Amino acid sequence: MNLFLQQLINGLNVGSIYALIAIGYTMVYGIIKLINFAHGEIMMFGAYFAFIAATSFHLPVWAVLLSSMVIMAIIGVTIEFIAYRPLRNAPRLSALITAIGVSLFLQNLALLIFKPDPKVMPKIFPETIYKLGEIEISSTTLITIGLSIFFMVLLDLYIRKTKQGRAMRAVSEDKDAAILMGINVNRTISLTFAVGSALGALGGVLYSVAYIQVYPTMGVMPGLKAFIAAVLGGIGIIPGAMLGGFIIGMVETMTKAYLSTTWADAIVFGILIVVLLFKPTGILGKNTREKV
Amino acid sequence: MKKKVVSVLSVVMLIASVFAFAGCSSSAKSDVIKLGFIGPMTGDAAIYGSSADAGAKLAVKEINAAGGIDGKNIELIGYDSKADQTEAINAYNRLRDQDGVVAVIGGTLSGETLAMKDIMVKDNMPVLSPTATAVEVTQDAPNIFRACFLDDYQGQAAANFAATTLGAKTAALLIGTGNPYSEGVSAAFKTAFTAKGGTIAGSESYGTADKDFSAQLTKIKEMNPDVVFVPDYVQTVGPILQKAKEMGITAKFIGADGWDGVQVEYADAAQGNYFTNHYAADSPSPTVQNFIKAYQTEYNKVPNSFAALGYDAVYAMVDAIKAAGSTDSADIIKALNATNYAGVTGNLKFDEQGNPKDKEVTIIKIDGGQLKYDSTVVNN
Repeated sequence: MNLFLQQLINGLNVGSIYALIAIGYTMVYGIIKLINFAHGEIMMFGAYFAFIAATSFHLPVWAVLLSSMVIMAIIGVTIEFIAYRPLRNAPRLSALITAIGVSLFLQNLALLIFKPDPKVMPKIFPETIYKLGEIEISSTTLITIGLSIFFMVLLDLYIRKTKQGRAMRAVSEDKDAAILMGINVNRTISLTFAVGSALGALGGVLYSVAYIQVYPTMGVMPGLKAFIAAVLGGIGIIPGAMLGGFIIGMVETMTKAYLSTTWADAIVFGILIVVLLFKPTGILGKNTREKV
Repeated sequence: MKKKVVSVLSVVMLIASVFAFAGCSSSAKSDVIKLGFIGPMTGDAAIYGSSADAGAKLAVKEINAAGGIDGKNIELIGYDSKADQTEAINAYNRLRDQDGVVAVIGGTLSGETLAMKDIMVKDNMPVLSPTATAVEVTQDAPNIFRACFLDDYQGQAAANFAATTLGAKTAALLIGTGNPYSEGVSAAFKTAFTAKGGTIAGSESYGTADKDFSAQLTKIKEMNPDVVFVPDYVQTVGPILQKAKEMGITAKFIGADGWDGVQVEYADAAQGNYFTNHYAADSPSPTVQNFIKAYQTEYNKVPNSFAALGYDAVYAMVDAIKAAGSTDSADIIKALNATNYAGVTGNLKFDEQGNPKDKEVTIIKIDGGQLKYDSTVVNN
C-alpha cells in the first residue's frame, strides 16, 4: 500500500508537469486550430533560460521562474508573429508543417548555442524530505505539484473572470463573430501564445529541476506526451489538458512500477491511438462547449 | 555517345588507380612508419575519440623523441569517424590506400570498429583498438587486438568487489534496456555475484531516453539491497544517483567505466560510491604518474581512461613493430600475439582471441568530488 502511494506521488509529480505543457498545446489549438509542435522546444528554452538565470546571474528562485516565463512569453509571441501569423488564412496543413519546421529550427538553434552535452540544473528549490508515516515526499516534488496547480487555478480564473479571458473564449468559439464584436483578434491570439508559452516554460523549469538536466532535445518526449495528454483530455479544452496531463503521468508511472518499463512509452502512445479511434473529442470533449 | 562516356570514365578511373597505387608504393619506401588512428572527434561521442587520440599522440611524441623505431620516426594519421559506421569505413580505406599505414589504432567505439572489421580482416591489417569493448570485435579476427578489458570482465570484477570487499549479500540491478553495454555488464555482474553466494534482490530497467527514474528507484528502495549496480554512462548515471540521494536510498551504488567523469558535475550525488575503471589517476605506480605528468604538460588537463588506453595502445603496437623487425602485416601480428607490455592501464598481454589476459581492474571511489584509487581486482 505504501509503495502504491509512493508511486502515486511519483505519478502526480510528472503528471503535473505534463499538464502544464499540455495547456499550451490546447490553448493554441483552441484559438487557431494549430497543433504547435514547437511547444516542446519552448519548454526546452524555458529550462535553458532558468539555467542561465540560476547559474550566471544567481537570481532568487521566484526571479528565475519569472524571468524564464516572461522571456518565453515574448519568444512565443514572436514565433507566432513571424511563423504563424502570415499563414493565418492558409490551409491548416501549411501551418502544421511550419510548426514542425519551427520545432526543428529551435532544437538546432539550441544545439548550436548551448552544445549537445547536458547541463546540470542547480537545485533552485530548498531540499528537505517530509515523512508522512512511511511515505516520503521531497520538497521539490511538493513545490512542483503545488506550483502547477497554483498556475492552473490562476489560468482558469483568468480565462473565466477577466475581459481578455472572455475575448479568448470568444475568438476560439467564432473568430469572425469576435471581429464583429470589436475584439482585437490578433492581440488575443498573441496573448494566448504568451500565456501558453509562459506555462510551457514553467513546465520546462520544473522538469529540469526534477530530473536535473537541461539539453537541446529535452523538449521532444515531454512535448509529445503533453500533446497526447491534450488529445486525451479533449484538445482545445483547458481543464481537459490538465486532466489528461495527470492521467498520462499516472499511467506512465504505474506502468513502470507494476508492468514493465519498456512498455511505458508504448502504452502512453497506445492511449493516443485508442482515443483517436473511439473518442476523438477526448474525455471532456462532449459536454463542454467552452473552448479556448 | 553513351559508349564514349563509358570509355572516358574508364580511362579516368584507370589514371586514378595508377595514382592510388603510386601513393601506396612511395609511402612504403619512405623513412617514416605510419600508424592510423580512427575515432569520433566531433559529435556526441567526441570526448571518447579525442581523448584516445590525445593519448595516442602523446605516446608517438615520446617514442619519436626517444629515437622512434630503429631510427625511423612514427607518424600518426588520425581521421574523425564521427561515431558513424560509413565514415569509419571511409577513414579506414583512406588510411590504407592513400596514407599507406602499416597498422591501425582504433576504432574507438565498438560500433565503428565492428563496421570496419570485415575489411580489416580481409586486408590482414594489424589493428589494436584501445577502447572497443564489444565481444565480437576480436572474434574470428586473428589480426584484431584490443587494449581494454571486456564488458563482462569488468562486470565480474565489480561483483567480486561487491561481494568480497564490501561484503554485500544482496544486490539490485538497474539496467538500461536497448543499451548493449549496460545489459552486458549487468548480466556478467549477476552471474558472478550469485556465484559468490550473493542474492539478486531484483532487477529494474529503463529506456534509453528515460529521465524519470522515480518509479524504478521507489521499488529498489523497497527491496533494501546492500548494493545497487548501475553500469551506464555519466549522463544517465548522474540523474539516477541524484534521485536516489533525494529519496534517501542508503545502499552503495556501483558502476563500470562509463562512470568516468561523474565527479565533475554530480560530485554530491556520487559521493561514497564505487566503479570499475581501467586506471586510477592517483595510483602510486611510477608508470602512471609519469604518464599523467607528461599528459598534463602537453594538454594541461588530467587524462581520462580513454587517453590512457590510447597511449598504451600506441606503445604496445610500437613494441610489436620493433619486435617484428619489419613493417610486414603478418610479422607485426605475430609479434602482437607475443606482447607483454607493462602499461599505464596494467600489464598487457593477449589471449588467443586478441583480448587482454588477466588484466587488472581498478576500483575507484568517488570522494569529495575526486576519483580516489580504492583497490585492484584481478579476475581468475
